[in-house]
Amino acid sequence: MKRKTPVQTMRNLVLMALVLFFVYAPIAWLVLSSISTRAELLNVPPSFIPKEPTLKNYLDILVPGRAASEVASTFKVALGNSLLVATTTTLICLLVGVLAAYALARLRLPFKNKLLMSILSVRMIPEISLVIPLYIVAAKLALLNKPAVLIITYLSFALPFSIWMITTFFEAVPMELEDAARIDGCSRLRTLFNVILPVATPGIVSTGLFIFLLAWDEFFFALIFTSTLAAKTAPVAIAEFTGRYAVDITAMMAAGVLAALPPVLLALIFQRYIVSGLSAGAVKG
Amino acid sequence: MSVLAKPRKTLTLARQEIRDGLWLLAPSMLVILIITVLPVIFTLVLSFFDTPLSNPVPRDFVGFGNYLEFLSSQQFWQAIWRTLYFTLVSVGLELVLGLGIALLIHARPPGWNFLRTSLIIPWAVPTVVNGAMWRWIYNADYGALNGVLLSLGIIEKYQAWMIDPIVAMNLVIVADIWHSVPFIAIILQAALAGIPVELEEAAAVDGANAFQRFLLIRLPLLQPAILVALVVRTVEAFRVFDIIYVITSGGPAFGTVTISYLTYLESFTYGHLGSGSALSFLISAFTLVMALVYIKILYRPENRA
Repeated sequence: MKRKTPVQTMRNLVLMALVLFFVYAPIAWLVLSSISTRAELLNVPPSFIPKEPTLKNYLDILVPGRAASEVASTFKVALGNSLLVATTTTLICLLVGVLAAYALARLRLPFKNKLLMSILSVRMIPEISLVIPLYIVAAKLALLNKPAVLIITYLSFALPFSIWMITTFFEAVPMELEDAARIDGCSRLRTLFNVILPVATPGIVSTGLFIFLLAWDEFFFALIFTSTLAAKTAPVAIAEFTGRYAVDITAMMAAGVLAALPPVLLALIFQRYIVSGLSAGAVKG
Repeated sequence: MSVLAKPRKTLTLARQEIRDGLWLLAPSMLVILIITVLPVIFTLVLSFFDTPLSNPVPRDFVGFGNYLEFLSSQQFWQAIWRTLYFTLVSVGLELVLGLGIALLIHARPPGWNFLRTSLIIPWAVPTVVNGAMWRWIYNADYGALNGVLLSLGIIEKYQAWMIDPIVAMNLVIVADIWHSVPFIAIILQAALAGIPVELEEAAAVDGANAFQRFLLIRLPLLQPAILVALVVRTVEAFRVFDIIYVITSGGPAFGTVTISYLTYLESFTYGHLGSGSALSFLISAFTLVMALVYIKILYRPENRA
């Protein structure tokens, strides 16, 4: 391609600076608020850069037995609940999804295409369309306020997603590999676990990553199905505190940073997977 | 395990394959049936009944009563208009900005890689954290928006932004844009990178200027990616709930209540599960139509990679 003129390069750099400002300014404010002292944060106009930065809010949440404020003690438990729910959902979806995806990618089934399309449509059904019956049943079975209810209901969006994505990755594994194993007398399950899975590992990792992010981000089911500390997740705890007037905003913002860190770090570390996963049929918006 | 073992002589290979397939698919299909398909059907059934939250069993059959009630309710139509406004404005702006940023990255200015990596961050920040962050930015007494505007001399004193429903809705849209533009930019940038350089070079040799090359070569080749982004985002925007719950809680004076929010209020605040079901079934119907469009796009022969 022909070289850019200096004017074009300048223009591009200015545009880039604007985009970067829009991306980072809100984050900077979030992080600065979390390390400011309360008195300093409530200056008018704000001083933005704190003169006495403090990690107190983070330590309150992270160090065991130190929970000073209500925000810190609630959040400590909520982060644990989020981790439990997101990890379990991811593992179940990968296991069950791998079996279904193998059938859809490899076996000659007469109803295959119709099934794939239905799975894709099911994936798009919003949570609000399912929540009322699920709530009634969960209440009947005394499942409200238990992590299990979140894990089960999260399967409604995570499982179709997992099947769809793993199927795409399995389709890309060369057929010859599998034929060789089958001729050698491997059963289907052994072929799947010993031959296909090792080759498709990057795909499985990126699927697991997306499911974890989806489950970690989930708010609506958690809001409806949990109200006690037994199962409340980080998003519910944050939403609850934002609604109050007399809450310690610096502690809140520290909680927000901590809830954002796991997904942001995972997404940055596995950046390549995210970009290819998004462009291969893009799902989490 | 006998079912999944090597083909037995008595079964033809094709039938064996279908049987294996059914076993492998069974756990998934069972889960999807129980937690997705049946609830949608049950929601439809509930929508014909009067069902109180306090004792959630379908009680009095009211036929289409719940639906008819909405059609004549101002609250419903206002929520529909707000949802359409939110969807059109946020998705429209996100598409334009996302395409712009994708083109900017594609031009490879110094530091483009840093920009691409940076975009991952807003996309990965959980929706609720995003909402809490913007709510604090917009805070009337101590927020950064007021602070910045005052320091720049644009406003003379701190403003309470969230007391005007239209301003509140637009500020929610800004927060949504912050989260979603990166998604569109990342998809479109990847699609741009897939366009063969030779095509554009040939056009340049033939005398096409930059704008013509964009309009006649890039845009048509980007069309499938743009459509996918458009449909995915439209479905999401239409069901918007989380970010509104956190930033405005539907306020001021119900001024940011969208259709999902109305469904939530109707079902879990007012306790009318019947009419809540009717509303949520309407949302499902819209989503299924959009899903069909999405599938049509993905399965068009030229888009199957």
